[in-house]
Amino acid sequence: MVIGLESWTLARPELFLAAATTLLLIYGVVRGEVATPFVSLATSAALLVTAALLFLPYREGTAFASLFIVDRLTATMKVLVLVGAAIAILMSRAYFERVRAWRFEYPLLVALATLGMMLMISANDLMALYVGLELQSLALYVVAAFQRDDARSTEAGVKYFVLGSVASGMLLFGASLIYGFCGGTAFVQISRALLEGRGAEFGTIIGLVFVVAGLAFKVSAVPFHMWTPDVYEGAPTPVTALFAVAPKIAALSLMVSVLMGPFKPLFAQWQQIIVVASVLSMALGAFAALRQQNIKRLMAYSSIGNVGYILLGLASGSERGIQSVVFYLVIYMVMTLGVFATILMMKRRDVMVEDISDLSGLARSQPAMAFALLIFMFSLAGIPPLAGFWGKLYIFIAAVEAKLYVAAVLGVLASVVASYYYLRIVKVMYFDEPAEALDRPAFGVNRAVALAAAVLVAVFSLAPQPLSLVAAAAAKGLFP
Amino acid sequence: MSSWPILSLITFLPLAGALFCLVVNGPKEAVERNCKSIALATSLATFLISLLLWARFDVTKAGFQFEEKADWVPALAIGYHMGIDGISLFFVLLSTLLTPICILASWESIHVRVKEFMVAFLVLETFMVGMFCALDLALFYIFFEGVLIPMFLIIGVWGGPRRVYAAFKFFLYTLLGSVLMLLAIIAIYWQVGTTDLLTAMDKLELPFIWQCWLWLAFFASFAVKVPMWPVHTWLPDAHVEAPTAGSVILAGVLLKMGGYGFLRLSIPLLPEATQYFAPLVFGLSIVAVIYTSLVALVQEDMKKLIAYSSVAHMGFVTIGAFVLNMQGVQGSLFQMLSHGIVSAALFLCVGVVYDRMHTREIAAYGGLVHRMPRYAFTFMFFTLASVGLPGLSGFVGEFLVLVGAFKANTWVATLAATGLILGAAYALWLYRKIVFGELTKSSLKAILDMNRREIAVFLPLVLLTLWMGIYPNSFLDPMAPAVDKLVADYQNAIKLARTAALAP
Repeated sequence: MVIGLESWTLARPELFLAAATTLLLIYGVVRGEVATPFVSLATSAALLVTAALLFLPYREGTAFASLFIVDRLTATMKVLVLVGAAIAILMSRAYFERVRAWRFEYPLLVALATLGMMLMISANDLMALYVGLELQSLALYVVAAFQRDDARSTEAGVKYFVLGSVASGMLLFGASLIYGFCGGTAFVQISRALLEGRGAEFGTIIGLVFVVAGLAFKVSAVPFHMWTPDVYEGAPTPVTALFAVAPKIAALSLMVSVLMGPFKPLFAQWQQIIVVASVLSMALGAFAALRQQNIKRLMAYSSIGNVGYILLGLASGSERGIQSVVFYLVIYMVMTLGVFATILMMKRRDVMVEDISDLSGLARSQPAMAFALLIFMFSLAGIPPLAGFWGKLYIFIAAVEAKLYVAAVLGVLASVVASYYYLRIVKVMYFDEPAEALDRPAFGVNRAVALAAAVLVAVFSLAPQPLSLVAAAAAKGLFP
Repeated sequence: MSSWPILSLITFLPLAGALFCLVVNGPKEAVERNCKSIALATSLATFLISLLLWARFDVTKAGFQFEEKADWVPALAIGYHMGIDGISLFFVLLSTLLTPICILASWESIHVRVKEFMVAFLVLETFMVGMFCALDLALFYIFFEGVLIPMFLIIGVWGGPRRVYAAFKFFLYTLLGSVLMLLAIIAIYWQVGTTDLLTAMDKLELPFIWQCWLWLAFFASFAVKVPMWPVHTWLPDAHVEAPTAGSVILAGVLLKMGGYGFLRLSIPLLPEATQYFAPLVFGLSIVAVIYTSLVALVQEDMKKLIAYSSVAHMGFVTIGAFVLNMQGVQGSLFQMLSHGIVSAALFLCVGVVYDRMHTREIAAYGGLVHRMPRYAFTFMFFTLASVGLPGLSGFVGEFLVLVGAFKANTWVATLAATGLILGAAYALWLYRKIVFGELTKSSLKAILDMNRREIAVFLPLVLLTLWMGIYPNSFLDPMAPAVDKLVADYQNAIKLARTAALAP
């Protein structure tokens, strides 16, 4: 088979990122540890350039014999992933320097994981999907354990690896079933087989269930969420920030394109699974977080809950539903990066702390930091007029339109329960007597990220329209 | 019609003041002084501008005036639509009046984090005024819910010893009710394709069973806010723990959001369900009137007593709103205004002695009349207004509600009227315990009477209470066309539904 020039131009962002990573890797190996600052900056820059390449100029279509697809949805998701990863790398430096683990491999591993995510997002074939997923996962297992002389970090890495491998296995098994019953791995083949009624439905459905389970693991939806709190807590904080953003967005995007693409004919079947996973995630994310003491663990449950809302948007299966997923993801990413930037600023006498009680009286000692966190918390709780409210509103509109009334009611009730623990952080910061004050946040990347995130939340709160246009354009890709 | 956006100005002027407060910097005392002045100046300016509304309000028109309309989120068909009619006019004025009074009342009683307090209060004013002006369901919801954030902070940061518990209870109770309303709003949006309230009033046609579900969803939100028995339990806690200004705004304005919500959304949007559920509302309101009055009789904390009396008074409001005749609805509105001023003043009265003695135990006082004659007069005045003495504002509202209720259902009126007697009992008992008797407690011997600032706080409220009691028509006339339209629309809708049901 001859691969035309068209394929290469369509994939040029990915090719650029692969080439840049390889070159930087060679540079790092040759120069050794001294290269770390340059490599990390250059990697972030490369990620941002890749994001720019996606839209300069924007092209869409399929490539490499239809293994690879680019449309508005995938391009938008890739931008989110790339920006999230680039910011996560920038946020890492101070942390890793402190624990003496600042090595040039770290940014490169993140870049490779990001490359995997881009391939996942653009996958148009079950094999391509799997390869992208594995590239992402393998890099991320290493990153989770990157603080290798820290017991918690290594534990997080091992847990993530073992459970992640099980999930990958399930996904692969499901893919092979689908291949067996539909006679192909390409999404077009699967969808044609299902539309013509050739794919013997039962076997395909079993395969679909396995694929969805594997993907649910990656997005940490209940009941495949067990790894999330431990990994979030154990992994180095900047890595947690990365986990909360980039792989989640990539896996959700993949879920959207798989379920809304080839498996659209089986909507009635997968909708049930997604609705149940969504409701359970919302409920567990709300209830399990109530008693957490560690803020990273709390954010793990918060992210489980948020995935529940996003899945509700997906479960509605409509154009509005997909819009709401994109809309929510953008806001979720901004809020999460803001919160983690704030967590990375939590230092007392130059030691990182991560207990919620360490925030006591923050409103008096560091009013600006407390105010930023207050905005993020109320926004995560979905209290209007903050941005998080618009995300939830969008999701619930989609859910009501799709007649998912019960799920919508359970969802809003879960959001009330969840608001309790977000409020608890506000309470600790504003109502409690000051504990020993935290250090004044140093001027640096984290402060800039927190500030930018707070400003963005404010902007989205007052003017959600531009974002909803982006979401609408992205969703158009699936509904031509 | 004015060409400039007066409602937006009133709504967002306090927010501008809050932002201004945020950027004030310098030595601590200067910042506090400046923030207080900024807050007072902004809220006074807002009040003065809002008086223009009244002056330029066309009392003959039933529809919305000073309307402003702009696209906001076209993707979701959410618009920025503001406007007021006779129903909302006075609530806007009430909010803008009480805010400067609260700021003045907190002048010396708030010592810590003064800047943040002023910011929170100004933000709160924006949300309150915005809610009463909003003519778009989503916008309404945003303002309605947004109120929770500053109020949560006001109770939690500047409140009493159990403030954390009270703040959480307040927040979660109200949020739980409101999210169901959000779903109802989404359902309406789904039906009519826009969140614009006026369009929804025209176009919304739902099967009866759907009306009932949506009505209950709205009810969950407004009943908590009013609050109606049995979901009133957050109110005593919130009142007791909140700082004086917080209690004042809570009783004065926040409770009215519930009653206003019934009149603005539930009744016009869902008339058939309203008719169906009216007996439920009557039942709960009567329980509220009688039961909470009895509970008020045994309270030992002044604020708690007034809080329970608020629940009882709001019971009259919900009865009046749901008898749905001219007198009932007007009485309900008037009762809300009167309660907004009188209960606010009563909380301020508690604040006056609390600032001096730092206790709200009724048993800790007695014989204040000997040392504080001016205070004794003021407190007496508002106690009688709350009881419903003819000539003061409380009487007009209660009387109209009872007339309306009597037309609709004799039993409801009779039972509600017993609330008046109980109301007199606990209010006068409270007054006697605190003000009359011998001044025996040594801690009270040196207590000082009200100073000039405090008189300035009360004077406008006294005058207003007299005005409302003696010449209520200044307030009833602007309401009349809007209330008339509300009642007529409701009756038409019921008639239509009935003929539709009878038709073969």
